[in-house]
Amino acid sequence: MDRRRFTTDYGIGIGLRIPHLNHILEKKPVVDWFEIISENYMVDGGRPLAVLDRILEQYRVVQHGVSMYFGSSGPLNREHLKRLKTLVRRTKTPWLTDHLCWGSVDGRYTHDLLPMPYTFEAAKLTAKKLRQAEDFLEVPIAVENVSSYAEFHASEMTEWEFLNEVVERADCGILLDVNNIYVSSRNHDFNPREYVEAVDPARVLQIHIAGHSKLEKYVLDTHDHPVIAPVWSLYKLAIERCGPTPTLLEWDDHIPSFDEVHAEALKAAQYIPEKVGVRS
Amino acid sequence: MTLLETQRRMAAALMVPLTPEDRIAHRAPGGLTMAKEAAAFIKPNGRLSAKERLEIYSRSYWFRLLDSFRDDFPGLAAILGARAFERLARAYLADCPSRSFTLRDLGGQLEGWLAQHQEFAGGDPNLARDMVRLEWAHIVAFDALAGEALGPEDLARLTPSLRVGLQPYISLLRLNYPVDEFRVKTNADREDLTATSNVPAARARRGAPRVVRPPREQVFLAVHRLDLSVYYRRLTREQFRLLCALRAGRSIAAAIATSFESSSVAPGDVPELLRIWFSAWAQFGWLTRRRKANGGSHP
Repeated sequence: MDRRRFTTDYGIGIGLRIPHLNHILEKKPVVDWFEIISENYMVDGGRPLAVLDRILEQYRVVQHGVSMYFGSSGPLNREHLKRLKTLVRRTKTPWLTDHLCWGSVDGRYTHDLLPMPYTFEAAKLTAKKLRQAEDFLEVPIAVENVSSYAEFHASEMTEWEFLNEVVERADCGILLDVNNIYVSSRNHDFNPREYVEAVDPARVLQIHIAGHSKLEKYVLDTHDHPVIAPVWSLYKLAIERCGPTPTLLEWDDHIPSFDEVHAEALKAAQYIPEKVGVRS
Repeated sequence: MTLLETQRRMAAALMVPLTPEDRIAHRAPGGLTMAKEAAAFIKPNGRLSAKERLEIYSRSYWFRLLDSFRDDFPGLAAILGARAFERLARAYLADCPSRSFTLRDLGGQLEGWLAQHQEFAGGDPNLARDMVRLEWAHIVAFDALAGEALGPEDLARLTPSLRVGLQPYISLLRLNYPVDEFRVKTNADREDLTATSNVPAARARRGAPRVVRPPREQVFLAVHRLDLSVYYRRLTREQFRLLCALRAGRSIAAAIATSFESSSVAPGDVPELLRIWFSAWAQFGWLTRRRKANGGSHP
C-alpha cells in the first residue's frame, strides 16, 4: 500500500460534539483537527450543515462513520454511500473511517457496533465491501477495531488476525482504537500488547484513545472518562511501532468543558516524538 | 452456521423486547429459551454466560432506540405520561424496527402505526395523533432540504398563471388541538436548544411538564425553519388552503380561488391580504421556484 497518499501531519484532534459548538465557534480555539460523526451531517439541509460549514472555514475535519457496517452480510446501502460521498466532497476529508463490525441484517438496523465472527468467510466479504466503498467514495478508508462483549463459536482466528486478514484483502487502512483493544482484552482475556504488536504499522492511519467504565463482570466502552494509564501504555506502544500518527480523543457522554477534553487529548503529545512529518 | 445465519439469529434475539425489569427476553423468536439460543452462537467466558453476553447487546439496542425516541417525541410523552409513553415506544419499536442508517428516521412510521394501534394512544387518539404529526414535522423542519427561495424582489414577476412551490422543510398541518402551544409549554428547556415558536415566550416555562390536556381547538399550522431554528406559525384557514394548493401544484390564480371558497373574508379585502401574505412568505423564504418538466424553473 502506498502510504504516502495519506497525510500524517494531522497531530491530535478531538471529536466535534454539540455541547462544545458555541465555544468553538466563538472562541476559535487552536485544535489540530476535528473528527465528525458522518451520519450526523448526512442530511439535506438545516442547522447541522450550516454549523459544519462554519467549522470547515476554520478547521480540518476527518469523517468517522458509525453505520456503514462493512461486516453485515448484505450489500452496501447505496443511498448511504451516495449521501456519504456528498459529505466527503463537502468536508474534503483526507480519509474516512468506520468500524470493523456489523449492525444490520435484512434491512433492519440495530444502530450498534456488533462484533464479527472471526472467520475467513466474514473477512472475505468484509474486504470486498470495503473495496467497493473505497472505489465509490474515492477516498482512503480505514476500519476501526471495536470494543466487544461477545465471542462466537464460529471464529477461526484471533481478532487481530481477522483485522489483518481484512485490511490485507481490502488493501485499506486501520483506525487503531487502543482503548477498544484494552476493553476487549479485559472482556476476552487476551494480552492487549500482543494485539498492538500484531497489527501492521504501515496500515495504521489514525489512532483513537478514550475512557471506559469497569463494571462488575465486564468493562464497558462508555467514552465518559479520562484515558487510564494502561490505555496510555498501549498508545505509547502503538506510537513506537507506527511513528507519529493522527490521534483522536473520543468523549461522548458526561462531556466536560471543551478545555478539559482538549487538555486530555493533548496528553498524547508526550508520546509522539515529532508531530509533523510524512512517514516513510 | 453461515455469517448471514449468525447475524439473523443474533439480531432477532437482541431485538426481542426486554422484560419489564429491562432484562433480555426469556425466549428467542424461534421459541428456544434465550439461554439456548445465545449458546448456539456465542461463547461463554468465566464471568458471563452466552445469554448474559447477548444481554449486553440487547439492553444496549433497546436503551439506544428508546433514548432516541424519547428525544424525538417529548410532547407525546407529556400527553401520555411516562408509563404509557414507554409502553407505546416499546410496542412501536418492536413492530417498526429501524430500516434507516440514521436514527433520525426512527419515528417516521409512528403516525400510521398509531392509527392501527389506538390502544396506545391514551384517552384521546386524535390528540396523540396531532402531537405525533407536529413532532415529526419538527424533525423534517430541522434538517430537510431548502430549495432556492423566491425573495420579495421576485414577487413582482409572479403572474396568476404561474406555479410556485413550497420549501420541502415546511409541513402544513390541520390539527384538532393546539399541540404547538402544549409542546412549547411542556418542553421549554429542550426548545431553548433546538427550536423556537411564535407562541408567546411568556407562556413557555421551565420545570417538569404539567400534563394538562389542551382543549379542543382547530389549528392551522406551518412548521418551518428560519435562521436555522424551527418555528411553529399559526395560519388562517385561507392561508392554509392557499399554501396547500400551491404545494399541490396549482397555479397561483387557482390556489387563490380555492383558498377563499366559502370564506368569510370580504372580497374587497382579498387583494391586500394576498399582498401581505405573499410578502411575508417571501421574507420567510417559504416560496420556491417550481421545476419545469424540461428542467427549467418558474417563474
